[in-house]
Amino acid sequence: MSGAVLDDEIVAASAVAEGEGLLNWVASVDHKKIGLMYLISGFVFFAIGGFEALLMRLQLAWPRLNVLAPDTYNQLFTMHGTTMIFLVATPWLVGIATYLVPLMIGARDMALPRLNALSFWIQAFGGVMMYFSFIAGGAPNVGWFAYAPLSLRSFSPLAGVDYWAFGLLAIGIGTLAAGINFIVTIVTLRAPGMTMRRVPLFVWMMFIDAWLILLAMPVLNASLVLLLVDRYMDANIFNAAAGGSAVLWQHYFWAFGHPEVYILVLPAFGIISEVIPVFSGKPIFGYEFVAGSTLVIGFLSFAVWAHHMFAVGLGHAFDLAFAAGTMLIAVPTGVKIFSWTATMFGGCIRFTTAMLFAVGFLVMFTIGGLSGVTFAVVPIDWQMTDSYYVVAHLHYVMFGGTLFAIFAGFYYWYPKFTGRMLSEKWGRVHFWLTVVGFNGTFLVQHLLGMMGMPRRVYTYPDLPWWGSLNFISTAGAFTLGASVLLFLWIVLSSRRTGMPAGNNPWGGWTLEWATTSPPPAENFDLVPPIRGRRPLWDLTHPDRTDAIMSARAK
Amino acid sequence: MNYSRSKLGVGMFILSEANFFLLLILAYVYFHAYPNGGPTAAGSLDPLRTGVFSIFLLASSATMWMAGRRTHRDGIAGPGPWLIATILLGFIFIVGQGEEWAGLIRNGVTVSRNLFGTTFFTLTGFHGLHVIAGLIALAALAGIVMAGKLRGRVQEPLEAIGIYWHFVDAVWIVIFSIIYLGAAV
Repeated sequence: MSGAVLDDEIVAASAVAEGEGLLNWVASVDHKKIGLMYLISGFVFFAIGGFEALLMRLQLAWPRLNVLAPDTYNQLFTMHGTTMIFLVATPWLVGIATYLVPLMIGARDMALPRLNALSFWIQAFGGVMMYFSFIAGGAPNVGWFAYAPLSLRSFSPLAGVDYWAFGLLAIGIGTLAAGINFIVTIVTLRAPGMTMRRVPLFVWMMFIDAWLILLAMPVLNASLVLLLVDRYMDANIFNAAAGGSAVLWQHYFWAFGHPEVYILVLPAFGIISEVIPVFSGKPIFGYEFVAGSTLVIGFLSFAVWAHHMFAVGLGHAFDLAFAAGTMLIAVPTGVKIFSWTATMFGGCIRFTTAMLFAVGFLVMFTIGGLSGVTFAVVPIDWQMTDSYYVVAHLHYVMFGGTLFAIFAGFYYWYPKFTGRMLSEKWGRVHFWLTVVGFNGTFLVQHLLGMMGMPRRVYTYPDLPWWGSLNFISTAGAFTLGASVLLFLWIVLSSRRTGMPAGNNPWGGWTLEWATTSPPPAENFDLVPPIRGRRPLWDLTHPDRTDAIMSARAK
Repeated sequence: MNYSRSKLGVGMFILSEANFFLLLILAYVYFHAYPNGGPTAAGSLDPLRTGVFSIFLLASSATMWMAGRRTHRDGIAGPGPWLIATILLGFIFIVGQGEEWAGLIRNGVTVSRNLFGTTFFTLTGFHGLHVIAGLIALAALAGIVMAGKLRGRVQEPLEAIGIYWHFVDAVWIVIFSIIYLGAAV
């Protein structure tokens, strides 16, 4: 019944998009086109956010430089953080999932195709609105978490914070709608035989991720609404000087902000859980544990927000409770790392570029996870908070974790997206350039943080080692910049010289590899029978299907 | 199980809305516990009057439910009058809220007066916006139903809007209990 309604809706809506050219994209409700638009808009913002980072590293290359004015520097770090989180990592992950979730579950499209288009366009609009602030009197300059009272009218009278808040509201609504869509899609449109114990782990991760989006995004939206009430209606909710509470903003923002970190890393876990098994030639070790531990992470992620607030002085019992919760999260995360390494163990590993990035993810994310656990120790947090140690930590999680996984997924699925292979030779160069640039930039920042260098200050005095360590960091950042240019060239040149991919270039097992590359508008002529977690393996090895092998093992 | 996409979508949506309202309610409760002087809920609100208008909103949930039952029985010919009744009852509630707001503002209770004013108007204002959004959706649905233009099944969109409308009602019960009954005790 609902399948027929869905088809009606798609046919009606795609009648608009029959024409060729730009309208074909703008008016599209096809999840594949929308997914690609997420990826492209994400790359545009990635280039902008990266350029902002390079400007900052240029200013910090040596003590007491004056490349940037202090206020410009403040605008840049605010926009860099906001951009990378909301306009790069989120749309890239949502975009990959928008493209792949329907394919992986054997569906024709997302469950709510028009809502899907709305999600993309409204978040893109939010991004443009935020960047409009640069020509409307100055970008926001209060940091990506916009602590009160700095973000209130009295300290930030210009419109930058308003563009920030309105832009984020639009992005929040778009992301929320995408989350709703993923849940409805995964619940209602799985092909016959595709039970929840058989869906690919990427789909599992997106399912839990969508729940986090559903519950965390309204927290952001409510916080932004209250901030705007303060700014536009002369109220004092977050103004402690007039009876309000600046700490309330911190609670509200981080009650969103910490789940947000997991919103950005669960899909990355999903990508890794697809890439590592295929290139190790083994099914994932502990499917149930990967899915179950993610459920645990999802719950815990809502119970640890105040570890961002140890420096506030919330009281000993409060601090201890949040420290304990934070350390607990390391357990389900560790379970995953174990599952992935156990999958590789004894496997027939193919070190493709995608696999290199996946292994890079394992190492970088573990480093970021370990420095995260050190922050759960309250006295260490008091010492390190607001220093470059935090900057190093969050980049190991967000860049070394999420972004490495996105690159792994991109190299893995690009042939499906376009029908062409990316250059493996130059992909390897891209990987090593990224590893060197990334670690060059951020490894030394652990040391700078321990030496007491504060984040978000536009320059620093010429203390022993500070100049040279910062210079290493800046050199690393420019190496990263070069790696991004190389990546862009690899992608663009594949349009001309990339080898034709065929349906299944890597020997993958999940349903997206059962159709052509790129898939036709209706995705599948015929969805293969689904009798296990690896339908394509079962199809090509009828005498050694997963069901037969596991029966034999018993 | 065979879920309806639109109903499941609305269900997920109201779950997120519940969280949105939770934060606005928490802000109200927090500043109710730690006031910063000026007008209070006890001194400026009339629980009885608002209680009477609340009955109209509650009644509109009942008429919405009836609209669903009639659709189930009579198809597209069924829900029209009940939808109109729902819209009227919801509209009376909104008029009552508008008059209450006007009275408060005349007495100097405003968004910027103190934190009670800020959080009261923010919370009831966002609820009112949700009522208005619901009224618009109901009006569109009633128009389509009465013009006989709805192809296919009317049950599904009606039930989806119904879920939203009952949610808006339920949120009001919570808000009324906390703000108005909380002021009385």
